[in-house]
Amino acid sequence: MQHTISVLVENEFGVLSRIASLFSGRGFNIDSLSVAPTNEDGMSRMTIVTRGDDQILEQITKQLNKLIDVIKVIDFTDGSGIERELALIKVTAEDESRAEVLRIVDIFRAKIIDVTPKSYTIEATGNPLKIDAILDLLRPLGLKELVRTGAVSIGRGAKGWKG
Amino acid sequence: MKMNGARIMLECLKKEGVDTVFGYPGGTVINIYDELFSFKEIRHILPRHEQAGTHAADGYARATGRVGVAIATSGPGATNTVTGIATAYMDSIPMVIITGQVPTPLIGNDAFQEVDIIGITRPCTKHSFLVKDVKELALIMKKAFYIARTGRPGPVLVDLPKDVQIAQTEFVYPETVEIRSYKPTTTGHPRQVEKAMAMMLESRRPVVYVGGGAVLSNASDELTELCRKLAMPVTTTLMGLGSFPENDPNSLGMLGMHGAYCANMAMTHADLIIAIGARFDDRVTGKLATFAPHARIIHVDVDPTSIKKNVRVDLPIVGDVRDVLAKMIKQADKLTDKVAEFKAALAPWHEDIVGWKAKHPIGYKNSTTVIKPQFVIQKLRELSDEDAIISTDVGQHQMWTAQFFQFNKPRTLLSSGGLGTMGYGLPAAMGAQAAFPERQVITICGDGGVQMNIQEMATLVQNRLPVKIVILNNNFLGMVRQWQELFFDKRYSSTCMELPIDYVKLADAYGAKGFSTSKPGEVEKVIKAAFKHTGPVIMEFMIAREEKVLPMVPAGASLNEMVLNA
Repeated sequence: MQHTISVLVENEFGVLSRIASLFSGRGFNIDSLSVAPTNEDGMSRMTIVTRGDDQILEQITKQLNKLIDVIKVIDFTDGSGIERELALIKVTAEDESRAEVLRIVDIFRAKIIDVTPKSYTIEATGNPLKIDAILDLLRPLGLKELVRTGAVSIGRGAKGWKG
Repeated sequence: MKMNGARIMLECLKKEGVDTVFGYPGGTVINIYDELFSFKEIRHILPRHEQAGTHAADGYARATGRVGVAIATSGPGATNTVTGIATAYMDSIPMVIITGQVPTPLIGNDAFQEVDIIGITRPCTKHSFLVKDVKELALIMKKAFYIARTGRPGPVLVDLPKDVQIAQTEFVYPETVEIRSYKPTTTGHPRQVEKAMAMMLESRRPVVYVGGGAVLSNASDELTELCRKLAMPVTTTLMGLGSFPENDPNSLGMLGMHGAYCANMAMTHADLIIAIGARFDDRVTGKLATFAPHARIIHVDVDPTSIKKNVRVDLPIVGDVRDVLAKMIKQADKLTDKVAEFKAALAPWHEDIVGWKAKHPIGYKNSTTVIKPQFVIQKLRELSDEDAIISTDVGQHQMWTAQFFQFNKPRTLLSSGGLGTMGYGLPAAMGAQAAFPERQVITICGDGGVQMNIQEMATLVQNRLPVKIVILNNNFLGMVRQWQELFFDKRYSSTCMELPIDYVKLADAYGAKGFSTSKPGEVEKVIKAAFKHTGPVIMEFMIAREEKVLPMVPAGASLNEMVLNA
């Protein structure tokens, strides 16, 4: 089962490699990983999408917590989080397909951010499943290049991660 | 007062109460050595190889319970410490390793003797620091010692570039340290302890299974008191040996691959296993699917990742083992009637255990013509001091020591359990002897492992460390040979050492004393003479070449499928 985990870490030298090496050393999977600083000084936040049964997930969260630079680990799998991902998609758009691409962009409330006579570059945001869906529709039209950020996740409700 | 980084590092060691360090000079630590030259509060011991220096710091830590300290230069000096660091990591030994590094402007340029030691040791350290600014040095040292010794202990590496050693700043050592991302749970939850006690008192076939955590947290007294109070049988792992006296009638000895028949049978038939600072390693559980099929499991450990890693657990208690055991004793004291009832109800279980002990005790067939290794170990126990510290290498002699020496006190056995590092024994004994100059320190080795750090004979002689080195020589890499005999049709591929070494001459070459015998009748005489000698000694015993370690649970078999005679 796929899990989305947020990891709050000290913004220290080597912290990304500590986390990556934990996953590779113990044979855990990473489907996607994104990381950037937060509003708090010296703190970064990673969102890791991983997979495994309950026992593996328990080990992953425990092992992450064991790393000295990890401040907090939050598992959002129970639906307590909102997930978003951004994709930049360069798609072939010539003659008759130009209108079709625009229709798809409109339906998904995406944006055209670059245009040439032969292509559109699209910015799409949403839950990763929505990104998958727009890609499914665009693929037959000629996908030239794709960049995805990987999911980021935040808890629902008024409370921040500190409670 | 303004000082340079090298001096600050030494002042930090002093503040942490470090009295001995094991280190090897080199280009990027020469400034530290220059400061050490006039720094009299710290004793510096120069090993002949950085790996041995790291093992010595580890042996020092295991014997004393304090943080061991090793120093190495950048590049090859640092990489030579890796085996020592990994050994300490696997057995949760508190250590601080200080490595020199090329000056910060050169880092990443493939400079002379540059290596990314932080990267190399990331999977085998508890944590590591690269010091980029001398102003951070004191706080980093404080954190390094704090992290190494608290929670589940482990090695911490501090990489110290040469320019940071030269740079000057005010030295202020922080009194306290607060790391927002590191808050180990040390006290067991009282409700969980209550539940555990209820489970214990309900059980009729309990076994207390003790690992190295009981030694690390100095919980031996509490463990012994609780188990005696409840009359519960106790088995220990290799790392747990000594935490519960093996001469106690409730001791089952060691369990697992080369454990006692009674211990493995008790685990298999138990209805409750109380795991104390142990991690259900594969050498202990055998085949997981058939491990302790009837037992509920209580698992006490300071490290949450150890719990439910390999086996299901019915009641987890995260916390320092000593704290949890003390709470259990208090609980038991409140429930005296129930405890009395419980003890009476254990009678049939004790009968079963006595039966297993009698059926297949740990034993061997002695000989009058050839020296049996087990006989040497028994003689060593008989003739050594009560508080003697024993270190071992890895292999057959290690298992014979675990089976036959009988450890009754904690921190008297130093052995590489997790990583299984050959070459550990001699330098670890060196570290223990440096910590306890007055105690008897004996290292028991095979003829394979002893040669992996034999150069440390020089360190022993130079520093007047009177370690007694026992070599059980079968001219084989005995444990692998045993596996080849049992599982590979006696195809002894590269396990025969072939070239005999004259260990008496070798001892002599280093300025030590050597004894050698192949006669069972001379074993006692040699040991006595060696113990009487005031300096370091090699005792070589030419043993039965194809003697096996038994019983044995073949890798991947169930604990109750033991090979008893082969």
